Amino acid sequence: MKYLVTIMPREEALDPQGRAVQSTLNRLGFKVQDCRVGKVVVVDLADGSNESQNLEAVKKMAQTVLSNPLIETFEVRTL
Amino acid sequence: MSKKVGVLRFLGTNCDADVYQAIKDLGHTPEYLWWSDRFDWKSYSALVLPGGFSYGDYLRAGALAAQAPAMDDVKQAAKSGVPILGICNGFQILCEAGLLSGALTKNISRQFQDEWVEVELVGSDGPWTQVGQKSFRLPIAHSMGRYFAPKDTLKALEDDGLIWLKYKRNPNGSLHDISGILNKNRNVAALMPHPERAIHSWMGSSDGRSLLQSGLGGAL
Repeated sequence: MKYLVTIMPREEALDPQGRAVQSTLNRLGFKVQDCRVGKVVVVDLADGSNESQNLEAVKKMAQTVLSNPLIETFEVRTL
Repeated sequence: MSKKVGVLRFLGTNCDADVYQAIKDLGHTPEYLWWSDRFDWKSYSALVLPGGFSYGDYLRAGALAAQAPAMDDVKQAAKSGVPILGICNGFQILCEAGLLSGALTKNISRQFQDEWVEVELVGSDGPWTQVGQKSFRLPIAHSMGRYFAPKDTLKALEDDGLIWLKYKRNPNGSLHDISGILNKNRNVAALMPHPERAIHSWMGSSDGRSLLQSGLGGAL
């Protein structure tokens, strides 16, 4: 069973990478008013039988390893 | 009148001073160029894009630097045959800018590698191959030095003689042992090792001299 975890820097956290990408895009003529760069992680669970248990496991890894809740938010989606 | 050699600096370039000094030691006149400023490429006999971590490797190594205003003039210069050299991050920038084919990816070791390597000259045409020596001992210092290109691109590079340098012992998993390549017109060259760090024997090797001198001396 595959899950997609999207990790984004929190709105209130400065995202220097997003800023740098935004200013490059705007210099090229695009009109971007905000740009933030996050990460996407796809995990494939070995035992895919129990869906609610799986979702809990993915949420736990997202909370404890894949993201830092102080500065990032995450979303989990089933693929 | 001898022309200047332009040394491009992006935010995060960090080998600029070494490259500047090496060009000077080889008897040429270096001049820094700034990423956000357009420049008159016609007044430079050659251009060098030094190594570093431009824009902290945001998005991909070299991706943002490739879009800098000064790169418009680098592209014009490339089209007009001016010898251009990319070193390390400069190689990554030239690939991202579409001036060289392929891409540089994470070393197969997944580590930053800082060591001496032996490379062999395999290209034979163009200003960057008039070296008079076949084998070079040069330092590498990179985490994204593994050359990657689709099969047909690799075949075209081999068939057209556009591979400039190959590692004798592949340090990073680079496809076809590629350490440096040339563009179709052979005026744009790039390599992952640092020739500017091998200019005098006290540095551990002076093999970088002839490699740099070839393109700088063969300038229009």
